[in-house]
Amino acid sequence: MKVLMSGNEAIARGAYEAGVRFATAYPGTPSTEILEEFARYEGVYAEWSTNEKVAVEVAIGAALAGEKAMAVMKHVGVNVAADPIFTVSYTGTNGALVIVSADDPSLHSSQNEQDNRNYARFAKIPMLEPADAQEAKKYIKLAFEISEKFDTPVFLRSTTRVSHSKSVVTVEEPEKYIDKTGFVYNTEKYVMVPHCARLRRVEVEKRQQMLKEFVETFSENRMEINNPDVGIITAGMPYNYAKEVFPDYSYLKLGMVYPLPEKLIRDFASKVKKIYVVEELDPFLEEQIKAMGVKVIGKEIFPYTLEFDPGVIKNAIGKNTPEAVSPYKENLSPRPPNLCPGCPHRGLFYALRKHKVYVHGDIGCYTLSYMKPLEGLHSCICMGASIGMAHGMSKAMKEKGKGKVVGVIGDSTFLHSGITPLLDMAYNNSDALIIILDNSTTAMTGMQEHPGTGYTLMGEEAKKVDLKVLVSALGIQNIKIIDPLDQKETRSAIKEELAKDGPSVIIAQSPCALFKRANIKAKPALKVDPDKCEGCKMCLNLNCPPISWKKGITKEGSKRKGISFIDGTICNGCGLCEQVCKLGAIS
Amino acid sequence: MSENEVKSILFAGVGGQGILRASDIICEVIMEAGLDVKKSEVHGMAQRGGCVTSHVRYGEKVYSPLAEPGNIQTLVAFEKMESLRYLKFIKKDAVIIVNTEEIYPPAVNMGDAPYPEDVVAFLQKHYGKVISFNAAELAQKAGNIKTANVVLLGAISNLMNIDKSIWESVIKKSFPEKLVKINLIAFQMGIDA
Repeated sequence: MKVLMSGNEAIARGAYEAGVRFATAYPGTPSTEILEEFARYEGVYAEWSTNEKVAVEVAIGAALAGEKAMAVMKHVGVNVAADPIFTVSYTGTNGALVIVSADDPSLHSSQNEQDNRNYARFAKIPMLEPADAQEAKKYIKLAFEISEKFDTPVFLRSTTRVSHSKSVVTVEEPEKYIDKTGFVYNTEKYVMVPHCARLRRVEVEKRQQMLKEFVETFSENRMEINNPDVGIITAGMPYNYAKEVFPDYSYLKLGMVYPLPEKLIRDFASKVKKIYVVEELDPFLEEQIKAMGVKVIGKEIFPYTLEFDPGVIKNAIGKNTPEAVSPYKENLSPRPPNLCPGCPHRGLFYALRKHKVYVHGDIGCYTLSYMKPLEGLHSCICMGASIGMAHGMSKAMKEKGKGKVVGVIGDSTFLHSGITPLLDMAYNNSDALIIILDNSTTAMTGMQEHPGTGYTLMGEEAKKVDLKVLVSALGIQNIKIIDPLDQKETRSAIKEELAKDGPSVIIAQSPCALFKRANIKAKPALKVDPDKCEGCKMCLNLNCPPISWKKGITKEGSKRKGISFIDGTICNGCGLCEQVCKLGAIS
Repeated sequence: MSENEVKSILFAGVGGQGILRASDIICEVIMEAGLDVKKSEVHGMAQRGGCVTSHVRYGEKVYSPLAEPGNIQTLVAFEKMESLRYLKFIKKDAVIIVNTEEIYPPAVNMGDAPYPEDVVAFLQKHYGKVISFNAAELAQKAGNIKTANVVLLGAISNLMNIDKSIWESVIKKSFPEKLVKINLIAFQMGIDA
């Protein structure tokens, strides 16, 4: 049967068809839908793990028990999980283990643009890279076969364009699941103390040699000899872009991007006159091919940064195509993403901007508050970093930083990697203030469950962590719980906690405005009273989407030049602007 | 034109306008009509009120889910000024369908920037065919403002040689039963617009 599927849906389907019934992940764009889709299949176990490192460790445990296990994450998630990944490469997997890395060329939804193909080489783990949804389904199956055959973890690399593009996929009957679980005792293989790890180190190199033989005849490393003047070596989505604009050239399409088939590459080189290596981001294939002594053209003409499209490839190879231009030359107002109407984060940052503080941010919707006019935070590096960075800055600044350094972090992010740095703050007696923005969900990636929501990915009720008890157990004594939509309470809590010695934590609790389960009855939309509004633009500082300002609406006896309006179709009546307006013009 | 002529439609608008749903429906329709189809969009940050685009490409055999800039035959702008943002992607003889509804970006909301004037006239001056109407008003007439995306699908269907019954059967499958009738009315309004 033919179905239209995204790359992510196809990865989930392929794993299911391959007989995989065990998968873990931490949500992250563009990977999130893989596990959400997988969890819908009959008879599977799928979990949101607290972070990617845990996800990989849980999957390793399942693999050592004999299962076929899959761990899924976005590219930067692999950084978090790198520790177990590098060593499970030594132990091997017993059952099977596939790690899916969804990379994000062009940083559509990420803090960096790292090329995770480098991890394959670094950790000596083979990596497959599909070019569309049909291949994604096929390759995840092949990844499990290779994992079982060579007793190795295998990477499947996707990119945003593969994960989030849809194409026609033929679905097949799933393999029958066979329970092969049981204890396998083999301490020399699985206890990675130096003595045993040294032995395994040698095995890793043997496996590398076997894989290098295997890839020479691997069916997905495919030559298409057409016009012998020009050959293109490529993999993943760029193959499609190149085929689109140069359908007549010859191709070596690599389904496995690590290790590379050296003989096959030499064979291809002997059949074509000139070779381009077409790859996004790093010259990963190019450098290895050049090291083989094969002459190719790569990053001399192709960009290092951002994702490609067919035009990028056409222009680089220089087919004299004029750059596409728009006849419209005026500046168009940008449409940056914004916090939603009624978002509780808006209340917290509006209150926080009244203080002259340096705010370390973290990964989540609230990061969007960095923009004008809220300008709510001043740094953002990675998941969990806000707490350690606030602590470090506070220590370094000593008295100068007292009462002036804040870290903000979401509930899901806090549970992902904020607990250990907060413990560090308590242990080393920090002076920083940490604010946990608890909206009871993982909002940015689309409302995923986590240990603080009381539900699992499979929809079962779960133990719900009590943030206050957790924070207290870490050794933090100053803890306040507030509602960020209450400006008075929020401002006074921030003021009090900044003034205190030692570390403080404010838990700002209010459910995400889009969160269905909270069953928030949307309050009636607010209105501006045109008789009372003086057009001071105070409410505009909230940067709330329904609020706009129209000039030219003047009033007798007033200097006003225009007034505010609230679009009642999108206002959810959160009441923040009512509190911000000093003239009582909003109700 | 080569034998394998691949056509491209670019959907552009603002998060929350049902662009991704509309492009999903059109892909299903194309697949049901027996052609190859690919589409591409970006989720995540774009959902938070930002710009949303979706490329749909179809033909006998489609490789790239992204169109080559400057080579798109049809632009469907779900919001008036968004039509201007992507002109470099479309061909000089492209057909433009534009919903004349205005959704202000933040700078316009704040009174710091003007909303572009005479958008449709500008498009008409530079491009061969411009079809403009207020899809939100038509959707309201159909009975639900949220069906504006399906009104636009009706207008697109006029440009594609695919049997109306296929469109209607995919629309029926795409919505819960109680919303099917209203969406079919909206679709017809787009055809007549």
